[in-house]
Amino acid sequence: MKEHLYKYILGIADNSLILGQRLGELCGHGPSLEIDIACTNISLDLFGQTRSYYQYAAKVKGEGATEDDIAFLRREREYVNLLLVEQPNKNFAQTMARQFLFDVYHFLLLQELEKSRDLTLAAIAKKSIKEVSYHLRFSSDWIKRLGDGTEVSHQKIQEAIDALWTYTDELFHQTEADKAMIAEGIGVDLTQFKDEYFEKVAATLEEATLKVPDTKWFQKGGKQGIHTEHLGYLLSDLQYMQRTYPNMEW
Amino acid sequence: MTIEQQIEKELIPILEQVSDPEIPVLSIMDMGVVRTAIIENNKVKIQITPTYSGCPAMDVIGDDIQKALSDAGYQSEIELILAPAWTTDWITPKGRKALEDYGIAAPLDPISDKAALLEDQKIVKCTICGSQNTKLVSQFGSTACKALFKCGDCQEPFDYFKCLK
Repeated sequence: MKEHLYKYILGIADNSLILGQRLGELCGHGPSLEIDIACTNISLDLFGQTRSYYQYAAKVKGEGATEDDIAFLRREREYVNLLLVEQPNKNFAQTMARQFLFDVYHFLLLQELEKSRDLTLAAIAKKSIKEVSYHLRFSSDWIKRLGDGTEVSHQKIQEAIDALWTYTDELFHQTEADKAMIAEGIGVDLTQFKDEYFEKVAATLEEATLKVPDTKWFQKGGKQGIHTEHLGYLLSDLQYMQRTYPNMEW
Repeated sequence: MTIEQQIEKELIPILEQVSDPEIPVLSIMDMGVVRTAIIENNKVKIQITPTYSGCPAMDVIGDDIQKALSDAGYQSEIELILAPAWTTDWITPKGRKALEDYGIAAPLDPISDKAALLEDQKIVKCTICGSQNTKLVSQFGSTACKALFKCGDCQEPFDYFKCLK
């Protein structure tokens, strides 16, 4: 039970950490000042949520574990985030497509997690969903602006959606930890909102004059720690300080 | 004050001196982040709740509370709690006025907030000239809790404190 709960928390929290790191890369590099600030604000929200989850995970694990160990000292294969969130920024369309595909999922997930029998997880979900509704509004707006914008912006956002679509099926894969926690009334049954997810995404894409890709083959593995090549580079950046100066604090 | 809040009277003047480091005109009491403050065995137990999960001001607020209490001769213990989640409803009328005077438009209700942020209606008043001819520049402003607006009449940019419920 303890082991499953620990893994279950990481299964949610790692997404926020890795996506937060990706958005943080735009700090000082955003396409405009307002977007730069928005992306780093979202990043900050995600890091805040990650901290709440990791503090709880450290408590569940015991053995003197801390939130910092969990964030900085795991190996690549021990991170169980979705492949979607580790994909690089590449261009603004790809950043917004990744954000939108995750935000819709994140919102629906938190909506269910609010009802968890685990009071700590329910409290974090209730807190986070208020922030995530702003993220979702921001990314949805951009999907529409880019899709229904110029010929070039339309083409770029369609390419980004097409490229990332292969990672959307994994959002709904359930791990052993998921199943164990669903049985306890703690975890969220992801299959419950799968249809709703694709309906919501399709509705926004339609409004944005974009097409839902007809991808037939989907990538998976993130939830088992098997990642795309991009995660290693991200982690080397993320973990640099702790690896170079072990136990540093600030 | 809301029902869940439990603060001993003698501590209120001390806590009112502590301000939000990012909005110095606003005391943490007017912000509504202090949820309980009780004295137990000569020690003050305080529970504070963050406005946003990633609010970097929380650590500073915790330190400032401890300092203010220690200056007043109290030892204290601070705990960060997440439930019930903070809402902009907890900002007191005095706090709302302080925000406006400082140049930050105070939060509207959720429906108006949405209308304003989606630019359906012009309802956020410019804090400088009072005009309602204002436009949203970005949903995310200088801190997580604010959006950035611009006034169409006096042309000045200003912050709007986003509604959070």
